[in-house]
Amino acid sequence: MKFSLNWLKVYLTTEADAATIAATLNAIGHEVEGIDDPAERFAGFRIAEVLTAAPHPDADKLQVLTVDTGEGEPLQVVCGAPNARAGMKGVLGLPGAVVPANGMELRKSAIRGVESNGMMCSVRELELGEEHDGIIELPGDAPVGTDFAIYRGTSPVFDVAITPNRPDCMGVYGIARDLAAAGLGTLKPPRIDAVEGRFPCPVAIRTEDPEGCPAFYGRVIRGVTNGASPEWLANALLSAGQRPISAIVDLTNFMMLSYGRPAHAYDLAKLTGTVVARRAVAGEQIEALNEKTYTLDETMTVIADEAGVHDIAGIMGGEHSSVTPETSDVLLEIAYFDPERIGVTGRKLGLASDARTRFERGVDPAFLDDGLALLSALILELCGGEASDVVRAGAPPKEPRIVTFDPGLTRRLGGVEVAEDEQRRILEALDFRVDEAWQVTCPPRRHDIEGPADLVEEVVRIHGLDKVESVALPRAEGVAKPTATPLQLMERKLRRAAAARGLDEAITWSFISEREADLVGGGPWVLDNPISEEMKVMRPSLLPGLLSAARRNLARGASSLRLFEIGRRYLADGEHPSLAFVLVGDEAERGWKTGKPRTFDAYDAKALVLDLLAAAGAPVGNLMVMGEAGEVYHPGQSATLRLGPKNRIASFGAVHPALLKAFDIDVPVMAGGIHLDAIPVKKGAPSFARAAYAPPALQAIGRDFAFLVPADLAAADLVRVVKGADKKAVVDARVFDVFAGQGVPEGRKSVALEVTLQPGEKSFTDVEIKAISDKVVAAAAKQGAELRG
Amino acid sequence: MTDLDQLKTDALTQIENAPDAAALEALRIEFLGKQGSISGLMKTLGKMAPEERQVQGPLLNGLRSATADAIAARKEAFENEELEARLASETLDLTLPAPDVPQGSVHPVSQVMDELAEIFADLGFSVATGPEIEDDWHNFTALNMAETHPARAMHDTFYFLQDRADQTLDNAPNTRMLLRTHTSPVQIRSLVEHGAPIRIIAPGRVYRSDSDATHTPMFHQVEGLVIDRAIHLGHLKWTLETFLKAFFEREDIVLRLRPSYFPFTEPSVEVDVGWQDVDGRRVLGGDGDAPGHGWMELLGSGMVNRRVIAFAGLDPDEWQGFAFGVGVDRLAMLKYGMDDLRAFFDGDRRWLSHYGFSPFDQPTLSAGVGARA
Repeated sequence: MKFSLNWLKVYLTTEADAATIAATLNAIGHEVEGIDDPAERFAGFRIAEVLTAAPHPDADKLQVLTVDTGEGEPLQVVCGAPNARAGMKGVLGLPGAVVPANGMELRKSAIRGVESNGMMCSVRELELGEEHDGIIELPGDAPVGTDFAIYRGTSPVFDVAITPNRPDCMGVYGIARDLAAAGLGTLKPPRIDAVEGRFPCPVAIRTEDPEGCPAFYGRVIRGVTNGASPEWLANALLSAGQRPISAIVDLTNFMMLSYGRPAHAYDLAKLTGTVVARRAVAGEQIEALNEKTYTLDETMTVIADEAGVHDIAGIMGGEHSSVTPETSDVLLEIAYFDPERIGVTGRKLGLASDARTRFERGVDPAFLDDGLALLSALILELCGGEASDVVRAGAPPKEPRIVTFDPGLTRRLGGVEVAEDEQRRILEALDFRVDEAWQVTCPPRRHDIEGPADLVEEVVRIHGLDKVESVALPRAEGVAKPTATPLQLMERKLRRAAAARGLDEAITWSFISEREADLVGGGPWVLDNPISEEMKVMRPSLLPGLLSAARRNLARGASSLRLFEIGRRYLADGEHPSLAFVLVGDEAERGWKTGKPRTFDAYDAKALVLDLLAAAGAPVGNLMVMGEAGEVYHPGQSATLRLGPKNRIASFGAVHPALLKAFDIDVPVMAGGIHLDAIPVKKGAPSFARAAYAPPALQAIGRDFAFLVPADLAAADLVRVVKGADKKAVVDARVFDVFAGQGVPEGRKSVALEVTLQPGEKSFTDVEIKAISDKVVAAAAKQGAELRG
Repeated sequence: MTDLDQLKTDALTQIENAPDAAALEALRIEFLGKQGSISGLMKTLGKMAPEERQVQGPLLNGLRSATADAIAARKEAFENEELEARLASETLDLTLPAPDVPQGSVHPVSQVMDELAEIFADLGFSVATGPEIEDDWHNFTALNMAETHPARAMHDTFYFLQDRADQTLDNAPNTRMLLRTHTSPVQIRSLVEHGAPIRIIAPGRVYRSDSDATHTPMFHQVEGLVIDRAIHLGHLKWTLETFLKAFFEREDIVLRLRPSYFPFTEPSVEVDVGWQDVDGRRVLGGDGDAPGHGWMELLGSGMVNRRVIAFAGLDPDEWQGFAFGVGVDRLAMLKYGMDDLRAFFDGDRRWLSHYGFSPFDQPTLSAGVGARA
C-alpha cells in the first residue's frame, strides 16, 4: 500500500524524517518496499519567470526565452511550447536535472545554433499528468527561485507491504496508530461530527443474508455536484497509485485508503425500489466497474434492487448504477461482509479489488456509523447537497474478544524482558484495554488477535525485536547419535559414488509433459493447473528429464555425457526415491592411443549399476540378472537386477531407439535406474567389530575350463552351476573368453571359465583336484555344456 | 711364470676380450664346465700326494675363483649394456595426453543440503522428510490456514486433477491433493510421528505456480523445527545466527529480525541478513546499516503457533518452540555465487562441472562444511 508522508502527517504529529519512519515501519512489522521521494525526483527543477520571449532565428516553432531563476543573471532557454510568453511563471529544469518522464539528463546545449541552458517543462515531463500541449503555467504568486518540490509541497511516498493479518493497517490512520505506539509521534484521531439528516432516507434497505452481510448502513445525499476532485484529494490518490475519477468516487477511495474502510456510492436515479443485501440467484449476471460481466451463483452475496444486481458485495460495484459527473443524488453504502464469504466469492470469480482485499481480511466492525459520518461530511463539503437520515439494516458483530494475558509470557515466549508498565502502555497505545487483572479487551478491528501469543507479538514488535538476545539452545546430553536415516546415508553414498565414477549430478523438473510421461508408461499424477503443458505430469520415471537434458547438451555440441539424478518417481501408490543415469554418445573421445571414439554400450551401464549398488550397500553377490527391463529399453540389450524374482532393484541397458527418436536424440544412450526403496536396509549391527577373519594360509589355485554350450545359454547360468559344483572348494568362477564361429559347431558357443579353488587346511592332492574338476564338468553338463577337447 | 700363471693370464685375457654374452658362455664352459680345462685340473687334486695337494690346492682354487669372478663381472657388464640399450629404445613422449578419467560432480543443491545436515547435526537436529504430493490438511489446514484463509492465495498452489482424487494416498482420504508449497507440512508429520521434544531440519523440493527470472515452479527449501519446553525467540535468534555463521563460515554475519506474519507462527519473524558490496557482488557479512552495506530478506520464522502444536496432537501449554524456512537454492547462490536460478535445473554439463562439487568435498566439521573455490 502506498501513501505520502503528508497524508501520514494528517493523523500523526511527528518530527521524524522519512528514513526514520521507514526504519520504524520495518521494525514494527510493516515492511517498506520502497520510498519514492519527489524531492529527489524534482531535484534541479525550480520556479522561473519568463522575462522575454523572441522567435528563434532558424526555427519557426521555437522561441528563445530569457528566464529569471531567482539568482544570478537570467538564463537563455530555447523552448518549443506555444504558450511560452514573457511574464509567465513555469518550471525550469537546470542542466544536470533528470527529466522524470524519460530519465534524460538535461545539458547546456545549442539548439539550432542558439545556446539553451535548460528546459521549461510540461506537466507530462514531470509526470504530474498527461498534458503536454504546453509548459506548466504557475500562478502569478509562485515564488521565483524556489525548488519546485518545495513549492508543490510534494512529500515522500512510502510503499509498504501490509501482512494479511493486519487489515486495520490497510489505511493510513491504522499505520499512524502503530507508529505512535512505537513512539514516533502522537496520534491525531479524526474529528467525527455526526451529520444530521435533513430528510428521511427515501430508499428502504434490508439485509436478507445476515450471514454474508450482517450489517448494511446507508443514507442518501441529494443535490450533489460530482465534479473533479480538488488538488489535495487528487494528489493524495495519485500518491497512492490511484487514478482520480470524480469527487464522490475519489472520496470513497479516500475513506478506504485513510481508514481501511471501503464504501460504495450508487447513483440513486439508477436504482429501483428497496435495496437489499441478498444471495445471488444462480446465473444472475452483473457488469462490474471493470467492464467485465460476471455470472454469479447462490453462494455469493450481492446488493440488488428490484431490477437487478448492482454490486458484488464487498468486491466490486456494478457499471449500471455507478456515479457519473451527471449524478445528483447518491445512495451511500457502508456494510459489513463476512470475510470468508468475500474470499470464496472473489476466488470463484477470479476478481481482485482493493475492497475485497480489505473485506476478506476483515474491516473494523465498529466503524460503520463513524465511517458513514466522515464520508457524508466530506461529500457535503466537496460536492454540496444535503444528507438524509441514516438507515441501518442488521448489526455488525461487535462482541469484543477478551484475552487473559500473563505478562510473564513475553519473556517465556518472546525471550525478552519488558516491564509490565511498558507492556500495558504498548497494548493501550494500540487500543487494547487492559484491566488490573490483565484481562485484555481487543479492539474489534483486530481480527488477528486470538490469544496470548498474539499479545506477546504486539508487545515484542513495538518494544523492538532487536532487543531479543540470542540464547544458546541447550546441547543434548550424552553421546551424539548419528542423525541421518539409512535411506539418507544411502543417497549420500550413491551420489558421491556416481560423481566419483565421472557422472555429473543433474536436478531436473519433477513434472514433465503428458507426452513424455506416456512414453515411459504414463504418470497417474496430473496437475489441474500446470504452469505449462511441458510441466503437467509428475514424472513416473527420472529418464525423461535426463533425456531432455541430454538433448539440450547434444544441441550445445556435447559428444559425450554422463548424467545422473537422485530424486523421486511419483506413482499411484506414492513417491519412490530413485537414482537414474544416462551415458550418452562416446565413452571416450578419439585419441592418439585408442583411435576412434568408443561409444557407450550396455556393459558400461551394467558396470555402473553394480558399482553404485555396491556403494549403496546392496548385496551385489546375490543379485540375479533377469529380463523385462521395460519398454524404455532395447529389448535385447537390457536387463533387470533382482533380489528374488519379484524384487526388482535396478534395471539397465541401451535406451530403446524409438524412445531416443521421440526425444530427438540421434546418438546411442545407455541408461540405468536404481530403486532405492527396494534395496534392503542393513540392520544396524550391535558393534563396530567385524566378524573374525584370517586370510587362508594356503594359496588358491586356478583351473581353466573351456565349454561348448548352446548359443542362447546365459553365461550367468553356467557360472552359477559351476560355482555350485563344490561349494567348499570353488570360491570363484570367471568368464575370460566367449567365442563362436570357426571351430565351434553351429548353434553352440565356447565359454571359457577360470575357476578358483581354495584349499583349506591342506593342499589339494592331484586326486582331489581331479575329483573337483569332474564335479565342475558334471555340473556344467546340466546346462548343456560339454568340455572342449 | 708357471704354467698355472700362464693359464690364468690367458683365461682372464680371453674373458676380457669376449665379444658378447654367447662367447662368454662358451668360455665359461671351456674353463669351468664339466669338461672344462680348469675343472679338469681341479680333478687332479684328488690324486695328488698330501704334500703336493697342500701346495697345488690353493693355487688351483685361486685360479678357478679368479676365472669365475671374471666371468661374472663380464656377464654383469654385458647385462648392463643390454639394459642401457633397451632403455634407450623405450623412450615415451610423456607430453602426449593420458586417457581422460572422467570427473563427475555433485549438484550445488545436494552439496548445500549435505552442508546443512552437517551443521545442524552438530546442533542436535535430525533430517526429516515428507511427501511432495501432499494433502490440503498437512499443507494448509494443520498449519493454521483454513480453507478460506487469505494467505492461501499467496501460495500459488499446484493442484492435482479432481477426477484423480481417488488416488489420494493412504494418509488423507477424501482431500484434494496438491504439490506442497513449502516444507512446513513436514513439521506436522514429524510431530505426529515422533512427538516432542524434537529438533529437525527438513530439506526438499517445493512447488509454486510461479515462473520468472528469479522464480522457478520447483525449488528447494529447508525447514527447521525445535519443539521443547521453554524454547523462546532468543533460542530462534541464536540458532539462526549459529547456522548462518557456520554456513557462510564468517563471524561477521549480522541478522535483523523484523515482525512479520505467517499463519503457522506467532510471533512471526522475518529475518534479514547484512551484506556488503565486494567488487560489485553482494557478499553476506558486515554491518547491514553502514554505507556500502545493506540488508537482504533471507528467511521466515517464528514461534510455532499454538494451533499448529495442537493440530499435531501435542499440548500447547506444555510444548513450545520455533520453526523457520529458507530457500536452499538461494543459500547456494549466496554462498557459491551463481546468479541464475533457472540454470540449476537445466542439466547443462558445462554449468554442472563449473558449479558442481567434487565427490570428495564431503562436508565435514573437521574439514569445514564449505568447499572453497
